[in-house]
Amino acid sequence: MTVAISAKEIISQLNTKFPGAIEEAGADSVLVKSDSLLAVAEYLKTAEGFKFEYLNYITAVDYYSYFEVVYQITSLESNRSVVLKARSYTRDNPTVPSVTGLWQGADFQEREIYDLMGITFEGHPNLKRIFLWDGFPGYPLRKDFNQ
Amino acid sequence: MEISSDKDYIYTSSELDYQEGQLIEEVKASSRESIQDPDAWLDEELKRNILLTSVDWVLDWARRSSLWTAICFPACCAFEFIAAEGPRFDMSRFGMEILRASPRQADLMITAGTLTWKMAPNVRRIYNQMPDPKWVIAMGACGISGGIFRSSYNVVPGYNKIVPVDVYVPGCPPRPEALIYAVQMLQKKIAKAKVVPDLSELPNPLRKGKK
Amino acid sequence: MTTTRELTLKTEPFVLNIGPVHPSTHGVYRMRCTLDGEVVVDIEPVFGYLHRGIEKLAEERTYTGFIPLTDRLDYISPMSNNLGYCMAVEKLAGIKVPERAEYIRVIMAELQRLANHCIAVGSMLNDAGAYFTPFMYTFRERERIVDLFDMVCGQRLTYNYMRIGGVSQDIPGEFLPALHKLVDRLTIFIEEYENLLKLNEILLARAKGVGILEKDTAINCGISGPVARASGIKWDIRRNDPYSIYDRFEFDIPTCENGDCYDRYRVRIEEMRQSLRILQQAMKQVPKGPVKADVPHLIRPPAGEAYAHIEAPKGELGYYIVSDNSIAPYRCHIRPTSLINLAALRQMVKGWKVADLIIIFGSIDITMGEVDR
Repeated sequence: MTVAISAKEIISQLNTKFPGAIEEAGADSVLVKSDSLLAVAEYLKTAEGFKFEYLNYITAVDYYSYFEVVYQITSLESNRSVVLKARSYTRDNPTVPSVTGLWQGADFQEREIYDLMGITFEGHPNLKRIFLWDGFPGYPLRKDFNQ
Repeated sequence: MEISSDKDYIYTSSELDYQEGQLIEEVKASSRESIQDPDAWLDEELKRNILLTSVDWVLDWARRSSLWTAICFPACCAFEFIAAEGPRFDMSRFGMEILRASPRQADLMITAGTLTWKMAPNVRRIYNQMPDPKWVIAMGACGISGGIFRSSYNVVPGYNKIVPVDVYVPGCPPRPEALIYAVQMLQKKIAKAKVVPDLSELPNPLRKGKK
Repeated sequence: MTTTRELTLKTEPFVLNIGPVHPSTHGVYRMRCTLDGEVVVDIEPVFGYLHRGIEKLAEERTYTGFIPLTDRLDYISPMSNNLGYCMAVEKLAGIKVPERAEYIRVIMAELQRLANHCIAVGSMLNDAGAYFTPFMYTFRERERIVDLFDMVCGQRLTYNYMRIGGVSQDIPGEFLPALHKLVDRLTIFIEEYENLLKLNEILLARAKGVGILEKDTAINCGISGPVARASGIKWDIRRNDPYSIYDRFEFDIPTCENGDCYDRYRVRIEEMRQSLRILQQAMKQVPKGPVKADVPHLIRPPAGEAYAHIEAPKGELGYYIVSDNSIAPYRCHIRPTSLINLAALRQMVKGWKVADLIIIFGSIDITMGEVDR
């Protein structure tokens, strides 16, 4: 049974390791400041006792006042998973660091989010539109998208 | 052999992307109106005064009995088409069997699936590559009007915005029986066609502007 | 390999488009391949030729109204798509599914896996060059599975059978006897197919050792399903995170070690056997009772978010739904199994010839409806 790690369990470890990086800890998710997302993700992927080496999915949600990028990562060894979240509070050019360096599977999914939601992933090697064509006006999955 | 960077090519991949995007925009802008079936005038005139010769009959019989299908299967309906080709429904009983990977060897296009704006230039190109005479069957609700996806931002509302359609098959997806019936309807239509149509007089909107 | 190439004539790399309209691309997938002679140097996948904006359409439909759209995601296995979506909404709204409905769901999902693997195996061999002959065999059996689906919901391809809180209608009386017959028949069919192909020299030559996917790469790319299991990852959500009633059945998780095309074929055949095992257990135990929980027509799940995933025939299929307590999902993200399984394609095909590229691609088993959504 995949056990969703309760946030409390890892929050203490993350807090000692990265003081000030955690914005908010929900019941089953950890909201990380976007500038320390990479460091936290790398720690969770490589540190003994975590080994979250499998990235289930990445997605993004438009909440009007901010964009939230959601990562679910799983440890195949211990059969546990955790949800990481990062927010970007600007609407003009929201930016989140790219995790393609850690998980190669993030490549297409980050391109998809860039294409449909308009979030730029810093450090992505090939960030261009994936589904729509060059020159498509707007980002369809945003809530204020008008055809 | 390692390829160091994009510069080794004539075009970079971003240039190619840009050009393809331009093409899609062009097709999108010019495809607001539905294209009429170029043979729509045939029936009325035939009813009034044209008598078919026996040469017509023989050639039409040859055409309608060996319809070769071009591959243009974007989505779900493709599987009903394959099922219709498959062991149970076996369309080859009616001489509609052969699938051609190259549109140059085909005279029938069965448009099985949703058409998106990104795909539209390719479909038009396939249609233009097919030799005359050629026919199109719009299969499924998406092919007729966009169907369940009509309100989407990237779906062409019907294949007749891009290519002239002869027969429409409703259903989401249509059952293989419906598809076989559609091909039979098309065969009836072909049976009525004049063999050597005067191309310059045909009201074919695709030829507009091209001298 | 490099030495032989130095001895041959010098060639320049050139770009070849495969797709979007090509018989071997399973839809409208396109690859910009850079070739050196016949050898693939690099490929760049181009998607989006079937991008229908399903995630956006979800936001303007009710929770129940979105179920027909899930059919059209992975149109080879619509039942699994229905199941994943309904499970996500049930998780969000806290709905308990009746026992009989759970059994019917499992039977449908396993039949769907059989139908999907029939197509996957058939089309992979199709891509290997046996044009349409293996497809005819597998389609013959798929038609019989489709007949059963037709019996319960009246559709052959887009079933729209599952509902939030159960299934749309009870199975007819003649369903279980027909299923019994089918399971017997499929057991014989799989043996027949295996006799033809297991030690088939042409298949071994074309598929053995071709397109190897290392275990580490597979994990790093997020590969799931039969492709991952062929690379030695013993990971199956039915076992690792049991949903529905999968914890009641006995079945094995077949894995292979090499991760080449032949192993992916082997894993699929073995999975078909395990699906038959589950079916044999499930159809004996179907209880009596209602098939749908008492759910209002317009569901308003409490505000929040839920992610439910199932082991679809192609891998992990998940739905991430955000609710704002209205009648339509605020955001519905679909974890696209096929898209993520393609992430490793580039590494797998480098250095192989074009003909091998086709069979490697065929062995991954994707559906464009799910890749592009």
